[in-house]
Amino acid sequence: MKADPSGVLTGTHFMDGDHACCEGALAAGSRFAAGYPITPSTEVVERFAARVPTVGGAFIQMEDELAASIALQGGVWAGAKAFTVTSGPGFSLMMEHIGYAAMTETPCVFVDVQRGGPSTGLPTLPAQADMMQAKWGSHGDYEIIALCPNSPQECFDLTIKAFNLAEEFRVPVMFMMDEVVGHMTEKVVIPPADQIEVVPRKHTHKSVEDYLPYGTNGDLVPEMAHAGDGYNFHVTGLTHDERGYPNMTLPIQDQLVRRLQNKILNAVDRITMTEEEQLDGADVVVVSYGITSRVAQRAIGMARERGLRVGKLRLITAWPFPEKKIKELAAKVKAFVVPELNLGQMVREVERAAGGKAKTFAVSHAGGGVHNPEDILKVIVEASR
Amino acid sequence: MTDLNNDLINKDLLNNIDPASDDACNDDFVNPVEQFLRSDRIPHIWCPGCGIGTTVNSFARALIDSKIDLGSLALVSGIGCTGRVAGYVKLDSFHTTHGRAIPFATGLKMANPKLNVVVYSGDGDLSAIGGNHLIHAARRNIDLKVICVNNLIYAMTGGQTAPTTPDHSTTSTNPYGVFEPSFNLPHLVEAAGAVYVARWTTFHVRQLSRSISEAFKKKGFSFIEVISPCPTLYQRRNKLGDGLDAMKYYKEKSKVRNGAPTSEVGMTMTGEIIVGKFVDRERPDYQTMMRAQYAESLGDRYVDQPSIQEEPVCS
Repeated sequence: MKADPSGVLTGTHFMDGDHACCEGALAAGSRFAAGYPITPSTEVVERFAARVPTVGGAFIQMEDELAASIALQGGVWAGAKAFTVTSGPGFSLMMEHIGYAAMTETPCVFVDVQRGGPSTGLPTLPAQADMMQAKWGSHGDYEIIALCPNSPQECFDLTIKAFNLAEEFRVPVMFMMDEVVGHMTEKVVIPPADQIEVVPRKHTHKSVEDYLPYGTNGDLVPEMAHAGDGYNFHVTGLTHDERGYPNMTLPIQDQLVRRLQNKILNAVDRITMTEEEQLDGADVVVVSYGITSRVAQRAIGMARERGLRVGKLRLITAWPFPEKKIKELAAKVKAFVVPELNLGQMVREVERAAGGKAKTFAVSHAGGGVHNPEDILKVIVEASR
Repeated sequence: MTDLNNDLINKDLLNNIDPASDDACNDDFVNPVEQFLRSDRIPHIWCPGCGIGTTVNSFARALIDSKIDLGSLALVSGIGCTGRVAGYVKLDSFHTTHGRAIPFATGLKMANPKLNVVVYSGDGDLSAIGGNHLIHAARRNIDLKVICVNNLIYAMTGGQTAPTTPDHSTTSTNPYGVFEPSFNLPHLVEAAGAVYVARWTTFHVRQLSRSISEAFKKKGFSFIEVISPCPTLYQRRNKLGDGLDAMKYYKEKSKVRNGAPTSEVGMTMTGEIIVGKFVDRERPDYQTMMRAQYAESLGDRYVDQPSIQEEPVCS
């Protein structure tokens, strides 16, 4: 369906990534957010708090991130599209509720504007060191989706995509921004509402008697009901059967946890978004995401000027990891170069997927700034040998 | 200590009911609260003598008496013995994470203001791990009805000290006796801003039911504490007898003091239990204030939240 025009600020704007993310949420139909202030993410909810009462929604500032990350899920079960926004320390506090959203299949979006860590770290400076946490941070086996914008325009476009994926798969989607992308101001074009595709809630139309809250068909994603619809359904973070009732038997645990994984893993190709450039005939492929992809672009350009055959693979979807893509490339190229603002996170995935068929070089950075393109270039040159 | 000689109920009467007789198994007899229960989930997990089921009975009675629209009623629990209430009531019910029933309920209410939202959870869940949410929800005066079953201990995990465990009692984590002061929950929530505060015990089933009905009529943060026995852990370890002994204790040592200053209603292990309705006051609730503020500041630009469900989907 098309976006509700009331939330769409159609036009050409000069806007930072945080604000663009907020506009993306509104365009996607989000009318509820719960937040707790934390640098460098706060501008998202500040704008939402100002905008949402003019489009028929509400914002609440909660007492902490634990509260924000579960209040938004209450909002979802009441029928809203909802999200919360945070950065490293707050993201750590939200982990239990990412697990709850995965287990209860609550469609929602967690925005993490990454800053330097660990702990309080570098509140005002960038990093990309929450990438593994986004995937593995909550206990137990589960799958999430994570997207990585690299510009304010993508903060708008991909926030809509994040909400759409959350609804399609009934899964929490991690929107992995970073401080630079969040705070950089660039041109953002917001199209008319009738050019914005939004995915509606997968609401059941079954009768009360026929409705099984966690019953699924071919696509492994159950239909949802909202509080107040008359279904008298039950939702629990305990292992549950198709009725939503606690059932802590081994077969039910196996069936549920595998379904939670498979509903995402079976759809990897559909979820995966990449940006590719000159991969054919490349000796070296630079794999990057977020702000680092823009720094890497410069390094790639410098390498090509030197006559090196360098391809670019930008991960727009970081999770589920586009393993197949890397595997295919590994059979053709000499090496992967993976610059990221951490001491080696997604590079491990690249290395694993490459399976020894191509070498993998990390270009690590402890965070607090972006790479010097020369540093990436050096590794590209080394990898090309 | 409890007086074991003062029998609460007529044991002869109980002994004279033959379970196989027509009186006991009349097909026409339907328990009036059964309609609110998921009978396919019974038997429940609660121990013999536990008071949580009794509170659910009073809650169900209140649903009947208050004639509240069940279609708009949602119930949210946290984790623990009382947290399991959500699984047994035939309502839209949410068994959330430990301590977070109140913020989840806040989200439900914020996104659909037409819902009546009840939080039904235990003392440890609401006042320890969820304590911050408790006081902030009371401060905001968000329109939630909180039923706090206080069994004075962490029961689900095996009898550890809770913020409500009375001084000098013994728990698995204070094997030499509890020496830290406990929370007086009515005092805490009154200070934080609750508009309705009452306490009963599981002996006071009718009073509890009435209080729940009253709370349904209030707009704002309402808090009802129910002192409830845990024979398996709290009482056994403290040599306080079984469930029946708890009833006797509640009967003998409870004193109804409606309007009592909440500073005077703290609990001890074997002393008097002050019960009653302590607070019943008016204060605009969060969403009323929010709408007024938006309307004042934004004028015509303010768009009130539409009902999120466009039409009932279920047939």
